[in-house]
Amino acid sequence: MDDFTPIEDFVSPGLPVDPANTTGREALGDPQGVPELSDVDCPDALRETIEASMARYPDHKSASIPALWAVQRTYGWCTPEGIRQAAAVMQVTPAYLESVASFYDLFRLQPSGESQVLVCTNISCWMRGGDELLDAFCAATGADRGEAGHGGALSADGSVMVSGFECLGACDLAPMASVNERYFGPLEPADAKTAIEQLRGGEEVLPDKALTARRLPGGDEESSDERVTSTKGPNR
Amino acid sequence: MSIVETRVLLRHATDPKLATIDGYRSYGGYSTLEKAYGEMEPDTIVNELEESGLRGRGGAGFSMGKKVSFLPHGNQTKYLCCNADESEPGAFKDRELMQRNPHQLIEGIVIASYAAGISHAFIFIRGEYDVQADILDRAVAEAYEAGYLGRNILGSGHNLELVVHRGAGAYICGEETALLDALEGKRGNPRLKPPFPAVQGLYGGPTLINNVETLSNVSHIVANGADWFKSFGTEQSPGTKVVSISGGVRRPGNYEVELGVSLRDLIYGLAGGPLEGREVKAFYPGGSSSPVLTPAEMDLPYSFEAMAEAGSMLGSGSIIVADDSVSIPHMALRTARFYHHESCGKCTPCREGTNWTVKMLERVVRGEATPMDLDIITSVQGNIIGHCLCVLGDSMAMPVSAMVNKFRDEFEEVIARAAINGLPTTEGLESNGDGFEPGPDGVGLEVLQRERLMGRPVPESAQAAEELPRG
Repeated sequence: MDDFTPIEDFVSPGLPVDPANTTGREALGDPQGVPELSDVDCPDALRETIEASMARYPDHKSASIPALWAVQRTYGWCTPEGIRQAAAVMQVTPAYLESVASFYDLFRLQPSGESQVLVCTNISCWMRGGDELLDAFCAATGADRGEAGHGGALSADGSVMVSGFECLGACDLAPMASVNERYFGPLEPADAKTAIEQLRGGEEVLPDKALTARRLPGGDEESSDERVTSTKGPNR
Repeated sequence: MSIVETRVLLRHATDPKLATIDGYRSYGGYSTLEKAYGEMEPDTIVNELEESGLRGRGGAGFSMGKKVSFLPHGNQTKYLCCNADESEPGAFKDRELMQRNPHQLIEGIVIASYAAGISHAFIFIRGEYDVQADILDRAVAEAYEAGYLGRNILGSGHNLELVVHRGAGAYICGEETALLDALEGKRGNPRLKPPFPAVQGLYGGPTLINNVETLSNVSHIVANGADWFKSFGTEQSPGTKVVSISGGVRRPGNYEVELGVSLRDLIYGLAGGPLEGREVKAFYPGGSSSPVLTPAEMDLPYSFEAMAEAGSMLGSGSIIVADDSVSIPHMALRTARFYHHESCGKCTPCREGTNWTVKMLERVVRGEATPMDLDIITSVQGNIIGHCLCVLGDSMAMPVSAMVNKFRDEFEEVIARAAINGLPTTEGLESNGDGFEPGPDGVGLEVLQRERLMGRPVPESAQAAEELPRG
């Protein structure tokens, strides 16, 4: 079999491939064994957070998502070391936590900068210019637009991750973006540059466009319907 | 503009104090909970909920009271999961309800748990809703401190632990059994049903799963009675509904109305109608998984039964309006891509069906398809619907087949135009899975043949191409 082709060559040209999907991440130690807490260098704060999560559920395995959140908040992304430490605290295998982490879009399995910008490109945002907004965030940061549409790309200096994202549940703000887990919209493409400058300058990002500053679209007037005004109970 | 909102769940929601326990109590909050523990038997509450006809607000529209009554009696550990994993494109009502009035939800959860003898409750909130999860965390801590949660609530002997559990970004976790797996700390794959969660759910115990808006209604029904609740809405769709309206409208957002108001009142009256100079072309009446409707259906009442009769569904109550600037084939592709991305891959019709639907729709917008491909797309959707473990596959198949059927002319036109132009478009190439390169510019024989297949006029330049010697 002289003409044997290695499997990588079968991957279609132009098809973005996450290497983690085909080759997996390099395992640190045995992924199938439960690591001992004494073998990993788990920071106390991380261990305590995970243990507190475990205590909140009838079954401690339920804490796997909270534990991965804790790892991500500690290290900025779900590092293989962090996952090993969480596995040691939870007494599960690192492979188990890896399998959970790789299922969920918000768990980042690669270095992802200090700030993350998720731009919604789903139906309502697309209609109102979500793709153009993603273009603008890429231009403002120097992130690769092709990569940004497929799982995220880092800015030229590595400090900001920009990623197209599926519906974030804020279609009323369309087109919108989530900057460090805070929602902003509706955004003009020009807002991208402002937001990135504010982010880099350590300022508050787009205060007028924050979801939390938004009012109900129907105004502040309460219903005058007698069935509502005569109610008992909550919101009386 | 005669239409006004009927704010019950969103009453006083403009007051930021409502998110705190003191603010909530100043508006009568937790008085129903005290009344329930003080003077109501659990069965009375279940009956009242069943009598009210409250239908689940998360999408399926199943009777909430019936769901509670399915839970077995007896002393085993029972669970409640509040589904706050609102991820359906177009839906953002739960976000508003949790952010502005978290205690209304908590009060509903406590009352429902008391009624069904539940001792452990969870709010599964999507990980993206960080602000709202923080608000819930604070509200839950306040409720514990006030003695509305924890051990021996108000001296009744009933214990209830409530945990706010953040997801981590997966649409599938809004499916109730996938939510249970995620809550058990696993990948969020749906389970085979039956057994249904009411019999065997979280940790193998009987589990009640309800949407945020459904549970937010509970305290109002218990306080004012089933008849009061039924005075709102229609016979089969009682109550009010928080409707999320987005897309090509002037005032997108959440509006609370009685069920049964007309779609026109919602889209034109409340949301202000299409943008300047635009017209409504189509709309999803119940989130991205509902088959699209056209302006001809604009005067239908917005209720579970009327939407079902029109061949669509009310779903989570999320209207996405597409105006005449929107290309329906591209919208179908966006929709299909979302479900392809979110398919968990556990069952074949959904994993493969969403994948091939995306590939075929990409060919349509690139001009590499023929009208026959549209029939294949339709038949693939038919093979997905009803054949999956959960409804995610159906959720793509229903709107896509509705778009192909209702806007077939536009699909054919897109195919034809792209073909005439010699496959110039690189649109859709970004996730081109089959490695197909677009053809050279200009008009070729193949294009001409395609045009003939479709019986559309052939442009002059293409006719000249026909005279080229063959072979």
